[in-house]
Amino acid sequence: MPDLGLEVLLKGRNLARLLGGLWVALRISLLSVAISIPAGILLGVVMTWKNPVTQALSRLYLEIIRIMPQLVLLFLVFFGTTRVFGWDLSGELSSVIVFTLWGTAEMGDLVRGALVSIPPHQYESAAALGLTERQTFFCVVLPQTVRRLIPLSINLITRMIKTTSLVLMIGVVEVLKVAQQIIEANRMSSPNAAFGVYLTVFMLYFLACWPISLLARRLEELWR
Amino acid sequence: MSIAVLRDYLPLFARSALLTVRLGALGILLAVLVGVLCSAAQYFRLPVLQQLSAVYIELSRNTPLLVQLFFLYYGLPKLGIRTDPAVCGVAGLAFLGGSYMAEAFRSGLEAVDRVQLESALSLGLTNAQAMGSVILPQALSISMPALVANVIFLLKETSVFSAVSLMDLMFTAKDLIGLHYNTVESLTLLVVFYLLILLPISILGSLVERRLRYAGSGT
Repeated sequence: MPDLGLEVLLKGRNLARLLGGLWVALRISLLSVAISIPAGILLGVVMTWKNPVTQALSRLYLEIIRIMPQLVLLFLVFFGTTRVFGWDLSGELSSVIVFTLWGTAEMGDLVRGALVSIPPHQYESAAALGLTERQTFFCVVLPQTVRRLIPLSINLITRMIKTTSLVLMIGVVEVLKVAQQIIEANRMSSPNAAFGVYLTVFMLYFLACWPISLLARRLEELWR
Repeated sequence: MSIAVLRDYLPLFARSALLTVRLGALGILLAVLVGVLCSAAQYFRLPVLQQLSAVYIELSRNTPLLVQLFFLYYGLPKLGIRTDPAVCGVAGLAFLGGSYMAEAFRSGLEAVDRVQLESALSLGLTNAQAMGSVILPQALSISMPALVANVIFLLKETSVFSAVSLMDLMFTAKDLIGLHYNTVESLTLLVVFYLLILLPISILGSLVERRLRYAGSGT
């Protein structure tokens, strides 16, 4: 059996530190998701308005955010605002800003998609049955939209968690950075630590995202 | 913003954009190949291969590319598997993209009713004919939007290549910011070059999507 460098994790508080790093990444993504979901619902509703100005603006926002790699957005906010506006944003705050902007765009598009997927004959039937506009929205449109949206928004959470691995690149000390530190510190005593520690990080991310993905899939099948 | 700096930096960014495009294209091609193999294993319910591809898809979809690359580039050499950064980047992209492509193909294949395969076979078509002229044209048409989205997604994901010391656009931008503090110029060129790569693909993608939107037109 080759030396896999897993014993490093059992030394001192290494495993706890690694989990602490994972928590930093999860905290950023959960905070961003918590802001993105309500903001995205608003954006999605705005996007269905027939007003050409709001349509153009929301469309522009969506396209700009979605065409750029998230890492580029992180660089723009982290390095760009320092230079242009003289702001000194911490890496963590920059990440939350970027992931919120991105999450809002993604969520907005999901909400818009779910709202326009309700066929027009349902509105007509509701009106023919004598429902008011408010009743149509709350009793007909909303229940169906929510059902369609919940699995998709849960998927957005896993995407957000995976994307937070990028914050390493703007100097936030998260799970990969802690992994690097552990490997460096034990370079002499366990030279193969890189294998075991990065494998552990891989599995940690998997364990964080997999149950959420499974839940989303279950709900999708259940509510189809 | 200084024009002279922009002009100086232009060739550096152009060179790294080329690297991004080259490795991205190669990785995406391999990802499509992996995706086809995995979805075939699942569609034809091949024993063992079907389960293997299911495990692979879960592992690949639920972990970030950056972590996959770290493992490939820094972890594997400890077991004696040493790769060069470019190979590593392409392999990582193929590993990540393969599962997304497989899911796209699978959803397309699932959307075509199995009755069609059975009917085609009972009409005397061979297996290859039934797949080639009945199932695949419809499945491809249905998968197209997801395929285009995956291509753009994977090109965007190449932005983490700098973590395994590949000199891509991000690497160049960060390097130049660190060297000369010309942050505004570097970031401008970074955005411009990503737009140059991604906008044409995005426009081309929606054209192809429209062209191939024929499945289900008769229903």
